[in-house]
Amino acid sequence: MSALLDKKEGAEHLLMGNEAIARGALEAGVKVAAGYPGTPSSEIIESLAGVAKDANIYVEWSVNEKLAMEVAAAASFAELRSLCVMKQNGVNVASDFLLHLAGSGTRGGMVLVPCDDPGALSSINEGESRFFARTVEIPLLEPGDFQEAKDMTKWAFELSEELKQLIMLRSVTRLSHASGNVRFGTLPTGEAKARFRCDGFILDPDEGIVISAPVDYKHGQQHEKLKRAKEIFEDSPFNTYEGPEKPELLIITSSACTLYSREAISILGLKERVGLLKLGTTWPLPPKLLTRYLSLAEKILIVEEVLPFLEENVKVIAAETASEIGIKKFYGKNDGTIPMVGELNPDYVINAITKILEIEYLPRPEEYAAKTQGLAFFGAPQRELIFCPGCPHRASFWSIHNALELDGRKGFVCGDIGCYTMALLPTGFTTLKTVHAMGSGSGLASGFGKLGQFGLDQPVLAVCGDSTFFHTAIPALINARHHKSDFTLVVLDNSGTAMTGFQPHPGLEVNAMGDNVPDLDIAEICRSMGARVEIRDPFELEETRATLNNLMEDNEGLKVLILRQICGLSPEKKAGKKYEMAINEEICLGENCGCNRVCTRIFRCPGLVWDKEKQVTRLDEVICTGCGVCADICPAGAITRKEAV
Amino acid sequence: MAGTQLPNDPYNIIITGVGGQGNVMASRVLANMLVKKGFYVTIGETFGASQRGGSVMSHLRVSKKDTWSPQIPKGKAHVIVALEPTEAIRVLADYGNPDVKVVSNTRPIHPAGVIAGDLNYPAIEETKKTARGISSHAWFIDATDEALRLGNPILGNIIMLGALSGLDDLPLDKEDFREVIAESLPQNKVDINMEAFDLGRGLLKE
Ligand code: SF4
Ligand code: SF4
Repeated sequence: MSALLDKKEGAEHLLMGNEAIARGALEAGVKVAAGYPGTPSSEIIESLAGVAKDANIYVEWSVNEKLAMEVAAAASFAELRSLCVMKQNGVNVASDFLLHLAGSGTRGGMVLVPCDDPGALSSINEGESRFFARTVEIPLLEPGDFQEAKDMTKWAFELSEELKQLIMLRSVTRLSHASGNVRFGTLPTGEAKARFRCDGFILDPDEGIVISAPVDYKHGQQHEKLKRAKEIFEDSPFNTYEGPEKPELLIITSSACTLYSREAISILGLKERVGLLKLGTTWPLPPKLLTRYLSLAEKILIVEEVLPFLEENVKVIAAETASEIGIKKFYGKNDGTIPMVGELNPDYVINAITKILEIEYLPRPEEYAAKTQGLAFFGAPQRELIFCPGCPHRASFWSIHNALELDGRKGFVCGDIGCYTMALLPTGFTTLKTVHAMGSGSGLASGFGKLGQFGLDQPVLAVCGDSTFFHTAIPALINARHHKSDFTLVVLDNSGTAMTGFQPHPGLEVNAMGDNVPDLDIAEICRSMGARVEIRDPFELEETRATLNNLMEDNEGLKVLILRQICGLSPEKKAGKKYEMAINEEICLGENCGCNRVCTRIFRCPGLVWDKEKQVTRLDEVICTGCGVCADICPAGAITRKEAV
Repeated sequence: MAGTQLPNDPYNIIITGVGGQGNVMASRVLANMLVKKGFYVTIGETFGASQRGGSVMSHLRVSKKDTWSPQIPKGKAHVIVALEPTEAIRVLADYGNPDVKVVSNTRPIHPAGVIAGDLNYPAIEETKKTARGISSHAWFIDATDEALRLGNPILGNIIMLGALSGLDDLPLDKEDFREVIAESLPQNKVDINMEAFDLGRGLLKE
């Protein structure tokens, strides 16, 4: 059985932050958990799905984040504890429902966990979910380490029930995807029964109807809840102070930045001069606690990632209590002491402290540092992101790229979110020309497809993955069809949410918990809308290219090409090679072959290596997955494939 | 075998390689072995997009007392384990110092830019020389080649962990290793992993 269900109180395990959050939810007796996959959040739902049967809970990968929040809210309305999970930009998708849920309030404890990605390590935005907590006026918690990730999650459910309000617990990549020791508490026993009481007095929070109106009354209630949250937060053990009684500098921080700040103070040996106020309850801020600590020092440094959220909120309290605490000098993002963009690390905090206190710090001897100058550049060639060996997207974009070239009318492709976003890069032959939100490729194409009236004569294409298709591309297609927009959608169907680790979606016969469920057929959905639909195997390069050219020539209406081939990393593919590949060095002409060394210079599957000495292409048998595609790339016929036995 | 004393607290390990090489697996196995010895271990790692052919790093902090930042401060690594040789150099440039030790695989993975002919990939002798110039010791091991001989290139990571244990800086017990991998692998795979671990340890001691 998974460590997550270890019943032994006090047992200690090495858990990823996301697993710690999952354990916290289990200790709180969560019954329903729903989310949409997105790095760095996915392992929370995944871990819960893995123990769903044993823990007797219901876990789903919903079609999108808004649905995930609705599914979880229904459980809360039926007096069960529920969790919903998403990455930072998922909160945008769910935010319409979120606003109303914050107004209506909840019943069974309900916790929303957004995982932000400062530095966009696996995103194309640096979205910030904390402002949503302030905008929709719900309490916000931020764990500062792995133990807290578990403990705070558990407490968040209790707090939610006490306030009858949704609680946001925000994590970041460096907590969600980092691991550390976590001591377990007890797992609850006993069953919970779902019942939805809705026949009482309409304003009764437990038995009335669930709605955010009458707005003045419910909004007022919401403020009462926030007031109560402030009082509770004043004494929360998740807000801690370490440092001298009269520090020269007070650092105020939260989340992973707590660990960076503590490390910076320790490395600089400033425990006697710098105080660290670590906040776990970051909205609404407890004013008395803040006033008490702000009084300690003249200089205040606020350390946080993404937007200056904490900084602004602390400054409001400082302004309101200025007559009591005096005038402070603030350092943070607004004055540039902490960078406004990108993720932080201990070195940024070290920099900030040394600047403020005017002290010297050399991480290593100067002569050593001099020796490493330029090394990262000359000694270690840059690694650009590439599709995996055997990835169907490389083949798909090869054909899309060639079809566009052949068509010659300067057609372009609107991209979307998934592994295939990398087709902006040389690995996808720089085929994508726009990338925004989930489903926006189809939405933008629907708009471009109406511009013929104004002289746009370039063919319009969009791509989306199978999971993205269900997430938000469907409304865009309905819009396009209804408004007679002309474009071609290429669905890159690799049978799973590959980017985030193969989570199932409605196109598959299996759900998060491994049950058999009805699968929805993408082709049929598109046909039912009246689109012209073709299905091809992207590994059949010539056929795919020809089909695409044919679809592009058909100028009228909505066309859909579904390219079906399982992701190169899927367990199924990893099980064995389909083809044994061989390169005949005698036939390979290298630079002289007239093909411009298309295999390694342009196609660039990492399974193919350019042998500089021999001036031929070689196969790296460790990396090649035996997909067989490159045999069709080589015009000289030097690359051959043989069915593997 | 060293006792349960650490040469430094926190003791900072960086495991580096190229996305898809099994960095995450290696860091987890190592960390779990150390947790069994009663240490606090913090791991920070890269997931997601950079897993697709990019450079990846796992930062491990080992401590008797505390949870540390999942990112090691610049210049503060104690040992660097590189699953790919040029990645050792990349990490040394940022996290190296005169006392750092390096244990590196010799098998190159060529970046797309090198395959395309836009970038140069240094010869292994050059990489060795560079690494030795900016570390206290650097060991280079043909882990992937040895792993291929054992029948599966992924065992290269285990060979590297075995080699790390050969430094005797950390209490990396063979029996702890057996227990940790037995928790995640089917029984019939355990022996070959044990063999790989021993092999790596032996290679470093040579
Ligand atoms: S395309 Fe074929 S002939 Fe041309 S360099 Fe590559 S392997 Fe050799
Ligand atoms: S068969 Fe060719 S294209 Fe496919 S993974 Fe191997 S080298 Fe790459």
